[in-house]
Amino acid sequence: MEQTWRQARAAFAAIAIPPIAWLLLFFLIPLGVIWAYSFGENVGPISIDFTGTFANYGRALEPLYLGIFWKSLIIAGLTTLLCLLIGFPVALAIAFASPRAKAWLLLLIMLPFWTNLLIRTFALIAVLREQGYVNFALEWLWNNASGFMALVGLQPLGDYEPLTLLYNNTAVVIGLVYVHLPFMVLPLYSALDRMDRSLMEASLDLGAGHLRTIWAVVVPLAAPGIASGVLITFIPALGAYLTPDLLGGTDSQMIANVIERQFKRANDWPFGAALSFLLMYLTFIAIAAQALVQRRSERRGR
Amino acid sequence: MSESLPLAAAERELARPSREKPGPLEYMRQWPLRIIVGATLLFLYLPLITLMIFSFNDSRRNIVWQGFTLKYYEKALANDSLIQAFVNSLTIAFFCTIISVILGALAAVMLWRFRFPGKTAIEGGLALPIVVPEICMGVAMLVFFARVVPWPVGLPWPLNLGAITIAHISFAFPFVATVVRARLSSFNRELEEAAKDLGASEWRTFWDVLVPHMQPGLIAGALLAFTLSLDDFVITFFTAGPDTITFPVKVYSMLRFSVTPEVNAASTILIIVTVVLTAIGLQMQGAPGREKKA
Repeated sequence: MEQTWRQARAAFAAIAIPPIAWLLLFFLIPLGVIWAYSFGENVGPISIDFTGTFANYGRALEPLYLGIFWKSLIIAGLTTLLCLLIGFPVALAIAFASPRAKAWLLLLIMLPFWTNLLIRTFALIAVLREQGYVNFALEWLWNNASGFMALVGLQPLGDYEPLTLLYNNTAVVIGLVYVHLPFMVLPLYSALDRMDRSLMEASLDLGAGHLRTIWAVVVPLAAPGIASGVLITFIPALGAYLTPDLLGGTDSQMIANVIERQFKRANDWPFGAALSFLLMYLTFIAIAAQALVQRRSERRGR
Repeated sequence: MSESLPLAAAERELARPSREKPGPLEYMRQWPLRIIVGATLLFLYLPLITLMIFSFNDSRRNIVWQGFTLKYYEKALANDSLIQAFVNSLTIAFFCTIISVILGALAAVMLWRFRFPGKTAIEGGLALPIVVPEICMGVAMLVFFARVVPWPVGLPWPLNLGAITIAHISFAFPFVATVVRARLSSFNRELEEAAKDLGASEWRTFWDVLVPHMQPGLIAGALLAFTLSLDDFVITFFTAGPDTITFPVKVYSMLRFSVTPEVNAASTILIIVTVVLTAIGLQMQGAPGREKKA
């Protein structure tokens, strides 16, 4: 049973004050300052007046910035969908593998997650660029196909044109999937692993195929795990800075890149602060939606 | 006779080596899923492995294998600013880990042990650093250390890393709190009461009863805090000054400038450091659990 704090005031103070003070001083106050800035105005090169204006939020709703918000949502949504489509079969296979294989596969999925994000993105650049290994492999296939066609007397295919796989929106989505896949696989795995397998056996025994069993039995049972996997993939993808910065082109700016520009180059802190808080509100909406799904599936479970 | 027939069949069924035909739920042994898992692992590992292999490649353009060389490692190790950045990263991660583990453990014990007004709000507040987008936290730290509490410039090393370390602790300790709290939920509160009944002081109970139980959680939390700090780019990018570059920020600026094999070599070193540290951490974490089962 939990103690009330009154029973041991001194112990409570000793335990509670350091983390609460740290959280307040070095997290909530900085966020509060940003929040206050979002209602401020630039009056000089470095001075900002807290005028209580909504002009920054008004500007954030202009078509240009609304478009970037929309694009970020689409890119993050697409990333999440691809992670789900790839991650679900992987998680299913791991959950039903032998205990030894399971431990190894989980380690293999988690290992890249411990590798530095910047290094993973950099590794992807080396693979995707025009002088990269993907294009090399394709060129080799192309030249061999071309040689084969010449051999059988057809017109050769001509020179290989390297595919532009970098510095566009596709590269951003590939990069985000690459980085966030472990986030999706792990919660899916833990949901599938806890599931009552006799229900699947019953479904298969009663004549449903594998796909139907997965769709009608496994997916509803694993819904809370799917929802949390979707959430913890979607949130960091929505606020991604590094991936669009390094892999994207001029038109693949996501919202975090715009925020960065306001704070570093454009030096318009109030506007950047307003954009940051809009991004944070979007994050909170996503969390609330996930909590709703969770509660509904729990109620159905009862 | 007629009785033993189905029995024999069942026995044969059971004795059949599992290699022959996968059972209906052995998804890992069905080829479509094997292909998907294999392709996913290839997708995850091919870029990293090529990066590591080509850091030994004797060619500037980094495309075709030209022969084995260690010259990019020599170059990376001779690059003073890169080494400085690496040392900075390790120092920050070290202090961040110690303070995050203390704060995280205290926060976990607070939420586990006490009932107090505003508990839900505190719980929500502690979850915030985990969910708030990195970029928002980065700009908040930038403004905080630029305007509210300016971090003095020109402090001697390692004090000049203070602002970055504080920012790292702010996002790392709630993760530690989550891990430790999960561990505490399996603690039998009666043990604590027994210790107190037997005359142990508050402090003694905490140190001799609660902390040993929390230990696996503390190790897991420390590992998490260390990797989170070592890995962080975005928040550091906003808090780092020109003389307080960390390894990821340094690699970022090298990348902006040009993609050189030197970056490959430096990255390979960091990958190996992380993998080794993780392996040690897992080993330490696994050890107490195994003891208990035995």
